[in-house]
Amino acid sequence: MTGEPTRFEPPVSDDTEPFWDATRERRLVLQWCTRCERAVFHPRAACPRCLGDHLEWRPSAGRGRVHAASVQHRPGNPFMAGRVPYVVALVDLDDGVRMMTNVVDCDPGDVTIDMPVEVTWEPLPDGRHLPLFAPAGRAGGGAPR
Amino acid sequence: VVDRTLRGQAALVGVADAASPTGELDRTGRALEVAVIAEALDDAGLAIGDVDGICYAGTTGMATLGLAEYLGLSPRWTDGTNVGGSSYQVHVEHAAAAIAAGLCDVVVGVYASTPRRDRKRGGGGRRPVPAGPDPRQEFELPYGLMMPMGAYALSASRHMHAFGTTSEQLAEIAVSTRAWAALNPRARYQDPITVDDVLASPMQASPLHLLDCCLVTDGAGAFVMTSAERARDLARPPVAVLGAATCHDHLAISAMPDLTTTAGAVSGPNAFAMAGVKPADVDLLMGYDSFTITALLHLEDLGFCEKGEGGAFVEGGRTAPGGSLPMNTNGGGLSYTHPGMYGMFLLVEAVRQLRGECGPRQVEGAEVAVAHGSGGVLSAMATVVLGTEATR
Repeated sequence: MTGEPTRFEPPVSDDTEPFWDATRERRLVLQWCTRCERAVFHPRAACPRCLGDHLEWRPSAGRGRVHAASVQHRPGNPFMAGRVPYVVALVDLDDGVRMMTNVVDCDPGDVTIDMPVEVTWEPLPDGRHLPLFAPAGRAGGGAPR
Repeated sequence: VVDRTLRGQAALVGVADAASPTGELDRTGRALEVAVIAEALDDAGLAIGDVDGICYAGTTGMATLGLAEYLGLSPRWTDGTNVGGSSYQVHVEHAAAAIAAGLCDVVVGVYASTPRRDRKRGGGGRRPVPAGPDPRQEFELPYGLMMPMGAYALSASRHMHAFGTTSEQLAEIAVSTRAWAALNPRARYQDPITVDDVLASPMQASPLHLLDCCLVTDGAGAFVMTSAERARDLARPPVAVLGAATCHDHLAISAMPDLTTTAGAVSGPNAFAMAGVKPADVDLLMGYDSFTITALLHLEDLGFCEKGEGGAFVEGGRTAPGGSLPMNTNGGGLSYTHPGMYGMFLLVEAVRQLRGECGPRQVEGAEVAVAHGSGGVLSAMATVVLGTEATR
């Protein structure tokens, strides 16, 4: 289950454990505030709108659009050295939250603002998966890259 | 409702900064801090014993305690606020309030950082990953965004998409800023550049090229503030703090509410309202230029042009020497110096311009200057409006 790290390995906190646990099964889950009926990201102990703790985990379809994107021509950390150039993007999920990600399975130059994308998964050495995004219809279902 | 009571109550009375065309300084750490403090106090005609307030954006806990102990001070007012590069604008705001309230009389602020020398000596290198729970570690770091420029690149990509801003327009800011640096003998880079030079420089994080990015240099600066009354009897013409305001709206770039509008859209108008000035009254803008996009956003958010029109605004050398809005007249973080938290240098240059001390780069008849800082990744904005005694 463990091996050499292939990414900066995301730590897990109390608030985020359900998020990372779901990635073991390649499921994207988001917190929703049942009082505000809004998705919350990043995961936290209280809704940032009402400060209530009426939060529950719901599955996300993992679809959204690219809000902003930048091709990295030098690695942002040593783990990424073999991957340049690669795309870091902010993706607006249909659920109404924004997350940072890489857009993969296409040429970096083909990534455009507002293009539809869907989640795909990259395995981490500890059995978790990192959510990445690919052009809609192009996602390989999370095959190891 | 903005309280106007701070207007003109405090003044910047002494400044100093250290920088070199080599990008390196001989002194480091406390020795460098003490040197610029001494120079700023001398500039003001004050002595260390006059100081009863201190502000310092140290990166460790209890940072002002260590600095004050080193200086032999027992300050009755202290501010360790660290919001990144705009900390020094925040310090001026807080110090003005403290002086107006009578909490202290003479405040010193200081900054020194020597990343180039530290790297050579093997003592520096990249900043460590922040300790403790930090959502950036889980939800940003694994994706390899180059920091900090990648965060600004995301903002620039969105600005281009939303408003049609071009790489050529961003490059205009680098070109105009370099033209100012050519008039500053201490600037790191003084040779003129063209838009084509910027576009031909290596792409870092698209759409930002190398020449869209600030320098990494050694540098230091300090300021001295006191009450308007006491300022009248000191060595130099006082520079009045006419307005000051702060706003921050995120830590992680993925949490920025709107990638194309910064919290400067709050701090700017609030500081202007306190000062009773409009953008058209401003003779020069010292706008934190960590990247070309940073300066462009300031122009829009502070109201020098409409949102989305920053690209067209900077065309034709409007912010260059001879342009209608002199911006970053010391050569900026892009060409003068940028040791990491650049905001101190905005204040030093604004004060010198308002005193008429800037030689070949002097903005003739400058009466009102704005020093607008940006900290974090477009996160913490703080605006200081400064004026000559005549504007108070």
